[in-house]
Amino acid sequence: MNDPVTPMAVLTAADYKSSYKPIWCPGCGDYTVLSSITKALAQLQLPPHEVAVVSGIGCSSRIPAYTNCYGFHGVHGRSLAAATGLKVARPDLTVLVTGGDGDGFSIGGNHFMHACRRNVDMTYIVMDNHVYGMTKGQASPTTEPDWDNKLSPGGTGIRSFHPLVIALAAGASFVARAFAGDPNGTANIIAQGIRHPGFAFIEVMSPCVTFRPEQREWKQLVHTAPVETTDDPARAARRIMTDDGMNIGVLYEGQRKTYAARHSAVPQDLADFEREFEI
Amino acid sequence: MSTMPRTLEDFMAQALAMEREAVERYTEFADAMEMHNNREVATMFRTMAGYEGKHAEQIKAEMGWKEDPAPPAGGFGWPGFEAPETVPIDEVHYLMQPWHALQLALGAEQRAETFFGELAKAATTDSVRRAALELQAEEREHVELVRAWLAKVPTPDGDWANDPDPPRYTD
Repeated sequence: MNDPVTPMAVLTAADYKSSYKPIWCPGCGDYTVLSSITKALAQLQLPPHEVAVVSGIGCSSRIPAYTNCYGFHGVHGRSLAAATGLKVARPDLTVLVTGGDGDGFSIGGNHFMHACRRNVDMTYIVMDNHVYGMTKGQASPTTEPDWDNKLSPGGTGIRSFHPLVIALAAGASFVARAFAGDPNGTANIIAQGIRHPGFAFIEVMSPCVTFRPEQREWKQLVHTAPVETTDDPARAARRIMTDDGMNIGVLYEGQRKTYAARHSAVPQDLADFEREFEI
Repeated sequence: MSTMPRTLEDFMAQALAMEREAVERYTEFADAMEMHNNREVATMFRTMAGYEGKHAEQIKAEMGWKEDPAPPAGGFGWPGFEAPETVPIDEVHYLMQPWHALQLALGAEQRAETFFGELAKAATTDSVRRAALELQAEEREHVELVRAWLAKVPTPDGDWANDPDPPRYTD
């Protein structure tokens, strides 16, 4: 006789949140990004124990502690390296990587480019506020060159890093821009990124109200991208390079073989693993 | 108005979602204020979350729903990025006072009132129009309640945001 089947409870966004309360500044965009991540996971009904959230260092890198999923709060700039290892070893897990612009594009800049190249199936969510918030307001790679403050009087004068174009050029197969003030839209983009087979890069404009209070104006400036998602990287790059930086949506989605599809299965025991190194 | 609910059920599901989002945001604010030891404002946001939660339960009871209905495939259509009764995340400050919190609540209730007014005008069925007008009237009442509450709290001094030990030393 078959056992009666107990219907599985529907997971809600709250089921993915831990009991730890965020310590971000009130007004920080990272609150809604956390909410968008949990909404996306609920949308996809992924069991929390089948999801791992990996981060580096910085305000936004605190996210793993605020979720009920497996988490790894790692070394500064090395979140993608840790996440890559995890996904290759445990392809059954859904791997999300979270962090900020300093962690991802400066300290972890090299890992970012090579993660895009490898196209491991994971989703990288960068909360970009154009500043190092945790260390009190230094210019980051995405800071505008003329942002004047006491730590860089008159601005750094250095051209801003353009993560979306770098991601495209390096081979990311899903590139999107989202906005923290649009938590439902951001949740949809994150869900699309998770569903996408390959490396999905999502830059979320997440205002830092403490060190960049002028970013409160972003909510008046952002708008949905007026064009459909393209699968042509050259077209996507041209659009991204010439837009006003306020377009939100999935800007590029291509089809490129994932790392797993190009490599054999992960060795199941040590002997198999050793054989791979035999000369 | 991006999408006009066609049936009473769709309309009330949207109204319920609006209340749920407001609860979520006020709760986020309350938690954040507690973390920053602004207990008075934290309590106020917690109270607001409680009120919005009651409105949500009222809608469910009126409709005889045991569970919240699932949102439509493309999500609900709001005039902006979020439901009108949701205060944008970046409009709070760790030193804000009850007066500021009530100003935010007032803005949210006024947006909700306008939203239902617009829906009532655009409604294509009598049942949706009646319900929208009813909810508009409720939101108008809430506006007046918040105004009455505001009259009881002190207006902040001009230097309310001055922190003798500021988080930023860059200016």
